[in-house]
Amino acid sequence: MTGSADVIVVGAGPGGLEAAATAAEAGMRVCVIDDNSSAGGQIWRSGPGERNPKTERLLRRLEAGRVEMRFLSRAVATPAEQVLRIETGGRFTDIEYSSLVLATGGRERFLPFPGWTLRGIYGAGGLEAFVKSGFDIHRKRAVVAGTGPLLLAIAAHLREAGARIVSVVEQVPAQRLARFSLGLLRGHVGKLMEGAAYGLSIAGIPYRTGSWVTSASGGEQLEKVMIRSGSRILEVPCDLLAVGYHLVPNIELAQLLHCELEGGYVSVDALQQSSVRGVYCVGELTGIGGVDKAEIEGRIAGLAASGQSDGAKPLFMERDRHARFAHDLDAAFALRDELRNVPTASTIVCRCEDVSYGALVQCRSWREAKLHTRCGMGPCQGRICAPATKFLFGWTSPAPRPPLFPAEVETLAHTTDVTA
Amino acid sequence: MYQSSDAIPIFLNGRPMKVAVGTTAAVAILQAGDKSRTSLSGEPRMPLCGMGICYECRAQVDGRMHQRTCQIVCSHGMEIVTG
Repeated sequence: MTGSADVIVVGAGPGGLEAAATAAEAGMRVCVIDDNSSAGGQIWRSGPGERNPKTERLLRRLEAGRVEMRFLSRAVATPAEQVLRIETGGRFTDIEYSSLVLATGGRERFLPFPGWTLRGIYGAGGLEAFVKSGFDIHRKRAVVAGTGPLLLAIAAHLREAGARIVSVVEQVPAQRLARFSLGLLRGHVGKLMEGAAYGLSIAGIPYRTGSWVTSASGGEQLEKVMIRSGSRILEVPCDLLAVGYHLVPNIELAQLLHCELEGGYVSVDALQQSSVRGVYCVGELTGIGGVDKAEIEGRIAGLAASGQSDGAKPLFMERDRHARFAHDLDAAFALRDELRNVPTASTIVCRCEDVSYGALVQCRSWREAKLHTRCGMGPCQGRICAPATKFLFGWTSPAPRPPLFPAEVETLAHTTDVTA
Repeated sequence: MYQSSDAIPIFLNGRPMKVAVGTTAAVAILQAGDKSRTSLSGEPRMPLCGMGICYECRAQVDGRMHQRTCQIVCSHGMEIVTG
């Protein structure tokens, strides 16, 4: 099956929806694809039967245009120039495009520690997503740990959902955090952090800076975590641990399209265009900066992809401010060296293939690790363990090859019918 | 929190259970205290990332193998089989 669109947008979060709406309002035929079952991305994920009002507003703008929405769909390959192969429920479609906007967002970075595969341990954003999808955490004792501006907000949400937050554990030292916070209190993230910190401090919940989880233990289920806090080691009994170390961009599709990267993010010009003509990248792909950055970048890309580049110019200054903010955020929440000493020889690093730290420490590169241990060769294709091994060992992983995700045989075998 | 009239009947490893509207298959597994899969070395694993990236939540859904249960909303009579 084949189709065509003026603009394909990959990712229906804030950046993608804004790009799609802007292009659709200019009369473009737009196709939006997203892996999830509904729009909004991770940040505007809403509970059963609800919808975020911001998502709602964008969807209304989309409804007025020539827009096709494809949910539960993923771009798995690029069978020809300007053709994207999209898989939905085991069936694929090749869609031809003039412009492509990548708004694939970010994912949590996970760092391995002894016991992190136990029941009761989830990603920080992960647990929040489960709660929004109906997971009952009433009266559960929860520790929220890792790093990043979202930890406090996640802790506040989990508390609203009925959990007893025992502690919020942030690896950044208090001094660095204070310096950073002063610089951004007027911004969205500053307000978010300030508000969440205020709410939690009222409730008497400790925000432990300069601290990190060194191990977790329990029988069938998590019973306690050990936390390094300054010179002390604390033993904290809990039922849930929500842990994530800031975010990393989902750059795999951009890599497959040969977009140039710089410092782990996709390089773009003033119009959000990557090194590949007609391929625009917005949001976390160009720097982890949150909703505001994603929206304005999406708007610029939507204008550029619909022949309205001049209309984008007045937006550059604000966009540049958000880009600088993303840069500052990475610096503020940079990982401390001690986290490299947390895994022990038996700690699993690659969860798909059960490859331990002890096996990896003998390898000299990602490639060697793949060949000798199968690290990164499971279904997640290294999305979880590659960011971890990059931090632990300094390994870089090469551009992925299609399929980008485990796909059906038919999807893999078929050559394209589109003559681009 | 949810009205029982909104509850959707599903089957988890052959056992009938009811979940609230909008519950994902991954959350049904978590709520039941089940594992989603068994790792190569025999460890029980549960959903981790909640956003379709990690594949720890993969299970059989309505006869289709290796589905990421965190991306699938439970529907009437859905059959989830975990490994």
